[in-house]
Amino acid sequence: MPEQIITRNIDAPGLATLDGYRRSGGYQALEKALKEYQPDDIVEIVKSGLRGGRGGAGFPTGLKWSFLAKNDKQRYLCCNSDESEPGTFKDRMLMEKNPHQLVEGVLLTCYACRIGTAFIYVRGELGHAARQVERAVADAYAAGYIGTNILGSDFSADIIVHRGAGAYICGEESALMESLEGRRGYPRLKPPFPAAIGLYGGPTVINNCETLSTVPAIVLNGADWYASFGTEKSKGTRVFCLSGHVKRPGNYELPLGTPLRALIYEYGGGILGDKQIKAIIPGGSSTPMLKPDKLDTPLDFESIAAAGSMLGAAGVIVMDEDTCIVAVVARMVEFYRDESCGKCTPCREGTFWLVQLLERLEHGHGKMSDVDLLLDISDNIGGKAFCPLGDAAITPVTSAVRLFREEFEYHARYGRCMVGAGADVARQAALSGV
Amino acid sequence: MISEQAKQRMRDIAARYPAARSAVMPSLYIAQEEEGYITPAALQAVAEALNMTMDDVESVATFYTMYYQRPPGQKVIKVCNSISCYLRNCDTLVEHLEQRLGIRRGETTPDGKYTLMTVECLASCGTAPVMQVNNEFVENLTAEKLDALIDQWDKGT
Repeated sequence: MPEQIITRNIDAPGLATLDGYRRSGGYQALEKALKEYQPDDIVEIVKSGLRGGRGGAGFPTGLKWSFLAKNDKQRYLCCNSDESEPGTFKDRMLMEKNPHQLVEGVLLTCYACRIGTAFIYVRGELGHAARQVERAVADAYAAGYIGTNILGSDFSADIIVHRGAGAYICGEESALMESLEGRRGYPRLKPPFPAAIGLYGGPTVINNCETLSTVPAIVLNGADWYASFGTEKSKGTRVFCLSGHVKRPGNYELPLGTPLRALIYEYGGGILGDKQIKAIIPGGSSTPMLKPDKLDTPLDFESIAAAGSMLGAAGVIVMDEDTCIVAVVARMVEFYRDESCGKCTPCREGTFWLVQLLERLEHGHGKMSDVDLLLDISDNIGGKAFCPLGDAAITPVTSAVRLFREEFEYHARYGRCMVGAGADVARQAALSGV
Repeated sequence: MISEQAKQRMRDIAARYPAARSAVMPSLYIAQEEEGYITPAALQAVAEALNMTMDDVESVATFYTMYYQRPPGQKVIKVCNSISCYLRNCDTLVEHLEQRLGIRRGETTPDGKYTLMTVECLASCGTAPVMQVNNEFVENLTAEKLDALIDQWDKGT
């Protein structure tokens, strides 16, 4: 990999320990910040360096910080490490292999936003990651990086590691706050946004794990240096999670704007069995599919949006030519059905009915009218659900029907797949008019 | 019964948070460690430690999938069946496990040794297909790898 910022030395032995992290330049950004910068300086540096956050929504980080309500209530920071989007596995790696980098990012953000208590909400299933972060926090306390009067300054902060217990919805920021406060992970009505009224009623910053892991490098080397990577509008690097039918799946930290083709063929080694690509999901299962005609699209926020999808959480899922799109969509919507929290009717009922229809089509009991019925149900979820999970759930359906409608109709007409195992039999039957 | 030591751990954790009920999730984990799953005694201990009602605690315990409502087997096998693992043939592996263990997904073997579950994306798509055994990852799965593991477990190691 050419430009590595937050995954630099990621496989170096001992990086996860305090000494190892310090050997690779760790906690220098914190020392520099406390000596040379006022909190507002840090906000400005991050604002001009990190234009889009590294969570699913890509909201500008520094701007989010500057929205914090100015009142006398206790402020909080929550790191969203509830990584659960199908196709993403970067935060897990960052926590397991370089937990101190995240801790330093959390501390810098606390300093910038004048926050005294931070939480790191780690997805429950990621036990090893949580243990690594817990150990890093304990060691950083012992070394005086966390606690009162950090490094002899008047800055004090506490960090609490909180483990989730299995609920995708808790990656949604308001559900995450409910969960942290000790309740079922139901999303809250917005507004008020967390920056106004968040955790325990106080103004709250919620940032993704990768975003916070990026902060130390930006503070240490400056916004201009960070902005020299990436494109004019999408600055810096991104950890792309490459999975599916590629020869070398894995995490690749690359400058934003790297072409999709380069990620898949140069870094990912191409497609298993040297097959053709049928579809690519560029940002995790909640983002629309693309066809291979978009392979030369640069992987940045604007270009992927112009191509008809979203960079999302940068989970790039690649499907080869033998993939049945109906089966894939059924599998993805089953995820949202299982993970719908049940609070609002459009999402709870809608995802259930989408799965019923998709399974019926997949198993050869569907009707031609089911294809439009899928779109009709999607229309009754999209924009009508309480939180973004509903919109996410319909994305695989609407994008797949738009791009691969013939496969859905083929399933309805012949009761089998157009591609893959069994397709040849079906094609013969179709040709002979059966 | 939940030990006094465990209840003290719950109270200690609660003291770290701005509000005591924030400790309900870590406390449920502590109770589950002792009981094996979320028993009425577990709910009661958490409720007492955090000054909540048992119903309130139960409403949290039943929302999150990692709190078991029934006693699980000694080895809880969770196979990811989301999109990236699906593309890498996880379904075949689940069927293989069902045959090998003689149970269907969601079931526990009569001797209480194994529970087989399918779960949603485990954030390990780069090493798909994957599973967790008692919450620890086993990655880049193959049928051979599964057989070797089960042989080892059957021998009691």
